[in-house]
Amino acid sequence: MDIPYTSTPRPDTGVYNAKIGIWLFLASEVMLFGGLFSAYVLLRVGAAPGEWPHGWLNVWLGTFNTLILALSAITTLLAWVACKVGQFGKFKFFHACTIVLALTFLGVKMYEYHDKWIHYEIKLVDGTFADGHLEGAVYVDKATNQELEERRFRGNAFSAVSGGVTNNYELASVTINGRIVTDAKDLVDLRAQKSIERKTIRLERAQIKSMENYGPWHNTFLAIYFTLTGLHALHILGGTLVIGYLWGPGGKMWKSDPERFTNRIEISGLFWHFVDLVWIFLFPVLYLT
Amino acid sequence: MSESHPVDFKSYFRRCLYVFIAVLCTTALMIMASFLPNYGWSAKVAAIIAIACVNAFVVAGFLMHLLSEKKMIYTLLGFTVFFFAGLMGLTIWAMHDTPLGPTH
Repeated sequence: MDIPYTSTPRPDTGVYNAKIGIWLFLASEVMLFGGLFSAYVLLRVGAAPGEWPHGWLNVWLGTFNTLILALSAITTLLAWVACKVGQFGKFKFFHACTIVLALTFLGVKMYEYHDKWIHYEIKLVDGTFADGHLEGAVYVDKATNQELEERRFRGNAFSAVSGGVTNNYELASVTINGRIVTDAKDLVDLRAQKSIERKTIRLERAQIKSMENYGPWHNTFLAIYFTLTGLHALHILGGTLVIGYLWGPGGKMWKSDPERFTNRIEISGLFWHFVDLVWIFLFPVLYLT
Repeated sequence: MSESHPVDFKSYFRRCLYVFIAVLCTTALMIMASFLPNYGWSAKVAAIIAIACVNAFVVAGFLMHLLSEKKMIYTLLGFTVFFFAGLMGLTIWAMHDTPLGPTH
């Protein structure tokens, strides 16, 4: 069964139906992200003085991603203009650029997430804190009593392995590239610190009281950071899939119904611009304030 | 993206170039504002968000063609702005409404 479709603007609304549809969808998206921004504001102002992290995110990577997304918004618009003037070759080129830029954005985001994933805060028995990126961990195979060195830590928290044996392996030591501080507050506001010296530190199991990576469970800042940017990244992924479809198999429609195809490009473009708009606010809120 | 005017690729390309330069400048301004020495946290945040709003206006106005859209879209967005402003208004209203402790 064919779904009725009109490519031309309706006389009563002045726009074609799909355009009203996408704007209604974007309106609901505004409220979705608005709710999360509202949560961010309440968490931010509710934090005790000196407890909200600063300088935990790389401003230059965030800036790079901002420009990448802005550039992709422009190539999306140019792809639509190319359709409007009937130049399918140009459309293919600009939409391919959008896909490459979107994948670059996601690649940078994944790098940032990985950076947090391998970053550990370790409470030591003597009351100090070790903080840095995990370089490796040594385990002892209980069956053979042989040591095994791994590049990763088996678990996000020390409690997962501190009980003794994990899959018959017992933690012996952890090596990080970082620093040791006496006050936990030194780990919160990094922008206030001019230079941070990092070195390779090996910690024996007996020295460790607890350890946890910088995942969403670490504190409220990281929880809202991963929620906001994760949802945004999902939108980028969804948009990339749609744009990829229109660039590839969906492009066949250009031959049969170019006007309808151009409308599809416009609709996907509006969604993409919205995703760019969300990032325009995410970047300063999370990286700069 | 309104289709009421004839489309010219070159003029659009030029427009996109200006938009990208504007985004570049506003992003640089935001970063500069964030690195300035402390002049009050709220003033700094207000300045950064104001610049972000200018950036968003450029993207929405020129790339999404909101400056030349149909009345129907503006009506729809009017409702969105109303509810979004309500949401943020309630957030600001509730900002310092923190419970002091158990009430029972």
